[in-house]
Amino acid sequence: MSEKVLMKGNEAIAEAAIRAGCRHYFGYPITPQTELAAYMAKRMPKIGGVFLQAESEISAINMVYGVSSAGKRVMTSSSSPGISLKQEGISYIAGSDLPALIVNVERGGPGLGGIQPSQADYFQATKGGGHGDYHLIVLTPASVQEMADLTALAFDLADRYRMPAMLLADGTVGQMMEPVELPAESAPTVEKPWAVTGTGMARPHNIVNSLYLQPDELERTNFERFERYKQVEENEVRVEEFMTEDADVVVVAFGIAARVSKNAVVAARKQGIKAGLIRPITVWPFPKQAIEKAAAHAKGFISVELSMGQMIEDVKLACACSRPVALCNRAGGMSPAPDQVLDAIINMQGGNE
Amino acid sequence: MRSPKRVTLFCGHYGSGKTNCAVNYALWLKAQGLPVTLADIDVVNPYFRSRDSEETLRNAGVEVIALPYANSNVDLPALPSEVYGLVQRRDTYAVLDIGGDDRGALALGRFAPYILKENDFDLLDVVNFYRPLTRTPGEALEALREIAASTSLSFTGVVNDSNLGEETTAADVLRTVPMAAEFCRLAGLPLKFTAVRGNLAESVSAAPEVFPIRLQKKPF
Repeated sequence: MSEKVLMKGNEAIAEAAIRAGCRHYFGYPITPQTELAAYMAKRMPKIGGVFLQAESEISAINMVYGVSSAGKRVMTSSSSPGISLKQEGISYIAGSDLPALIVNVERGGPGLGGIQPSQADYFQATKGGGHGDYHLIVLTPASVQEMADLTALAFDLADRYRMPAMLLADGTVGQMMEPVELPAESAPTVEKPWAVTGTGMARPHNIVNSLYLQPDELERTNFERFERYKQVEENEVRVEEFMTEDADVVVVAFGIAARVSKNAVVAARKQGIKAGLIRPITVWPFPKQAIEKAAAHAKGFISVELSMGQMIEDVKLACACSRPVALCNRAGGMSPAPDQVLDAIINMQGGNE
Repeated sequence: MRSPKRVTLFCGHYGSGKTNCAVNYALWLKAQGLPVTLADIDVVNPYFRSRDSEETLRNAGVEVIALPYANSNVDLPALPSEVYGLVQRRDTYAVLDIGGDDRGALALGRFAPYILKENDFDLLDVVNFYRPLTRTPGEALEALREIAASTSLSFTGVVNDSNLGEETTAADVLRTVPMAAEFCRLAGLPLKFTAVRGNLAESVSAAPEVFPIRLQKKPF
């Protein structure tokens, strides 16, 4: 008998978060992410959790900062413009070495943009977004099942490395419905001796803070933090490779773009073109080695994105520009069709002989 | 299926499959040789709308009234003026696709006086027992009551649309038959039909009032 349920991507994140022991959600409604908040509003009161619709995204992220300081699993979610508002708080959370989950179900931009799907917040998610030297672990789900699975993983990684993690989804994955096998209940596996939980007069005060009065001390903290980032880069890269072993043309795409691209790769193979797909599941850390490895035999790469071309820079860096990297994209809320990607594959195959 | 009413309204919990049911029901009415107009008055969902099937519907001869802003960037709950005409004129069968939950059903209130006056309607509650918040007859009843509180019309029937999308098996459907019966008993409503994807229709013939439907195609 099937244990599966039919869920929207946004709902799957919410339910998976609850199962991962998250009992604190702070948010503010925005299309196309609203179902996540709506689901939390229905479920949290029934299980003794907190759902709070803050007065703004800025308030919500600072509530996350507070709860995380107390050592609890906590999250917020929004869509592109709302995530921009949260950037100051995200930088503070990173600067205080706190775990938290931030979900961005992207929509078209810049500015108020539109409500249709997009991947144009890639730079913001992977290169900073807020001020200062910091990284987020950024996971990119491509199915409703992964919305659930990567939510559980994000909480785990965030706790383990004491840093915020982001689920970078797009509006389509957020809105579409697919059967999901929900992850089992889990709980934090790491101790949080740094948490501000009251000393009980038995230990010194814990202080959670991102302010350093001495620059040398702040420098030391930055270097130590980047040692941790190095470990994340070494240990936590996740990537799916599809028919890449012998591929002449390698498509690189994540999220909904990867699903469209997979169909195009299959169609290209049917025409006798050796196409393959590298699907980054983490975009920070970026799967550099998979690109490097494919560059040994590929004649070129195609970066398929719902943006004006952002991940393409990481693809070029990863192969050290040793191969041509083409862009196949739609923007502003539009999505590439499999035929558009197939045409790009055919062009890459025909060119550069 | 019993004789169709002049106006059929598909309501139900968020994501229960109202749009698919409404589209397929409109096509079925047309196939019976009846004049049909489908109106999408879902003011809640931003993506995946009746409008996505507009071409199929129009080719089949079904008139379509779509929200002017569906699938656009306008996040506005505006209703097209033609819907007023649709509930008042009586020269076409009307199928209305109502938005999810109580919020979506609120939009219905504006048209209720006309529908009540004519008194030839079905207001159907579409339920999918594989949706996370309506997994039991009791939960489905709770959702139905929330919607009923914000419509000015009473429900007249239930559609069992239990499915796991493209992965649905015959066993998945059959397992929900007793749940649907229990839900109908609790709600005091008859089962209008069991919606089943076309290719499964034969293997679930044990289910009551089987109604074969087709899903909208996605490019991924």
